[in-house]
Amino acid sequence: MAKQEFKTIFIEEYPKTNWEAFTRFMKRMMRFELFKGLGIVYGVMHRALFKGEMHTVEYPEETLPIGPRYRAVHKLLRFMESEAERCIGCGLCEKICISNCIRMDTHIDEESRKVVPEYTINLGRCIFCGYCAEVCPELAIVHGQRYENTSEQRAHFVLKNDMLTPLDRLKSQEEFPGYGAVTPHADELIKKTPLAY
Amino acid sequence: MSDTTFLIIETLIKAAVIVLVFSALAGFATYVERKILAFMQRRLGPTIVGPKGLLQVAADGIKLFTKEDIIPQNANKFVYKIAPVITAATAFIAMAAVPFIPSFELFGHTINPIVADVNVGILFVLGAMAVGMYGPLLGGMSQNNKWGLLGAARTVIQFLSFEVITGLSLLAPLMIMGSLSLIDINNDQTGGISDWIIWSQPVAFILFLIAAFAETNRTPFDLLEHEAEIISGYATEYSGMRWGMFFIGEYANLFTVSFLASIVFLGGFNPIPVFGLFDIPGTLAILLKVAAFIFFFLWTRATWPHVRPDQLMWLCWKVLMPIAIINLLITGVVILAQG
Repeated sequence: MAKQEFKTIFIEEYPKTNWEAFTRFMKRMMRFELFKGLGIVYGVMHRALFKGEMHTVEYPEETLPIGPRYRAVHKLLRFMESEAERCIGCGLCEKICISNCIRMDTHIDEESRKVVPEYTINLGRCIFCGYCAEVCPELAIVHGQRYENTSEQRAHFVLKNDMLTPLDRLKSQEEFPGYGAVTPHADELIKKTPLAY
Repeated sequence: MSDTTFLIIETLIKAAVIVLVFSALAGFATYVERKILAFMQRRLGPTIVGPKGLLQVAADGIKLFTKEDIIPQNANKFVYKIAPVITAATAFIAMAAVPFIPSFELFGHTINPIVADVNVGILFVLGAMAVGMYGPLLGGMSQNNKWGLLGAARTVIQFLSFEVITGLSLLAPLMIMGSLSLIDINNDQTGGISDWIIWSQPVAFILFLIAAFAETNRTPFDLLEHEAEIISGYATEYSGMRWGMFFIGEYANLFTVSFLASIVFLGGFNPIPVFGLFDIPGTLAILLKVAAFIFFFLWTRATWPHVRPDQLMWLCWKVLMPIAIINLLITGVVILAQG
């Protein structure tokens, strides 16, 4: 945690008598406090206009950077070599989801591999807690960086194909660093379970 | 064409021009206000509609015009409907006696940019602006809403109290100049910056400015529509163009007061000589002064917090009015002594 620097500010005693209130009023008037305020506001405007201190982010054109482990809309990843889906249909995410928004449909196909033909996350219910990504043993369901989820229909929020990495974009999929992946320096953070308490 | 016909046509055209120009200016003032307030709060203000957000005014206008005109069930419908018209109309009527720019030649006629050059111009302006108080009063009382009623009460208290300050503060410069016509007042200050009335009447100028803040409902004294206390004051139930008329009236009053302060205290539309090199032409001079006043009004809105209603009354009756009367007294004594 960064070191915090506290400053004590000086607060004058409140005036008790009318005379004290009057002298305080006169003192403040003679210091031209109202006009000092005007000067400060003008300075703010000057710096905002000419010194680049404008705070507005023109949102659709520019966005603020978000943290690498931000938990936005989920992604379903693929293996980079075999292009197969990473999801093995274990159902852990469905089980752990505390808002009950994950549903998956699995069966064994002809090659006796478990496949997941339907995988839906009801984003209207999802609270983006990240348990699914954490519990996934295969780094299959992760949280991506896409936080702009607008649609005309509610059904659009739950499609598997939106979350799954498309085959043509697979080349640009890098080693996933975001939420769901192992944290950097994870080894150092692991503590051995004490054998005796 | 006889002179009378020409006068009638000329007056009608002038009136139409003033209404159109100042309605447009009121819209433009909202744009300027939003922009400058935004800059002072490190924001950008409207940027999306049109270049630099300039068409935001048009967008707001379309929104206001097409909004549903809601009339509350138990409101006094006739009074409710007519109240915003009173505000807007009186604000524009007050402009009739204000000379905006110097007279100029057009098609061989000398045109005075004033609709009615009455010899009690300043009284007429103040009177018409004071009548504008009936708009908020009737609107607030007829809308069957307690916030509206409270807002109307506050409006009347504030406007009536500060009418006194406006009148008393203007009385002192009027005593010096001995005329109530705004054109005469302007012509008394022809000799450049040193002739301005503000140098002989600085106290009156400050008093008038403070009263102008109250009369036009600007920020340190914007208690009529104080959202945190009385929702929107007298305009609570109004929507659409009826609310817009209150708004236009308010901004028109802002311009009138700025013109009045520029003409009475800051030399009006006389050309300003700059170091004897060249003259700033009168039209530009007064427009600059008015723009400076408008900027000042916005600047204070971004800076100062507003006062409580009881502090407002305290300021009016216990501070400003005694100062105004003392100022008046001293001015009178000095005028008598000079003989």
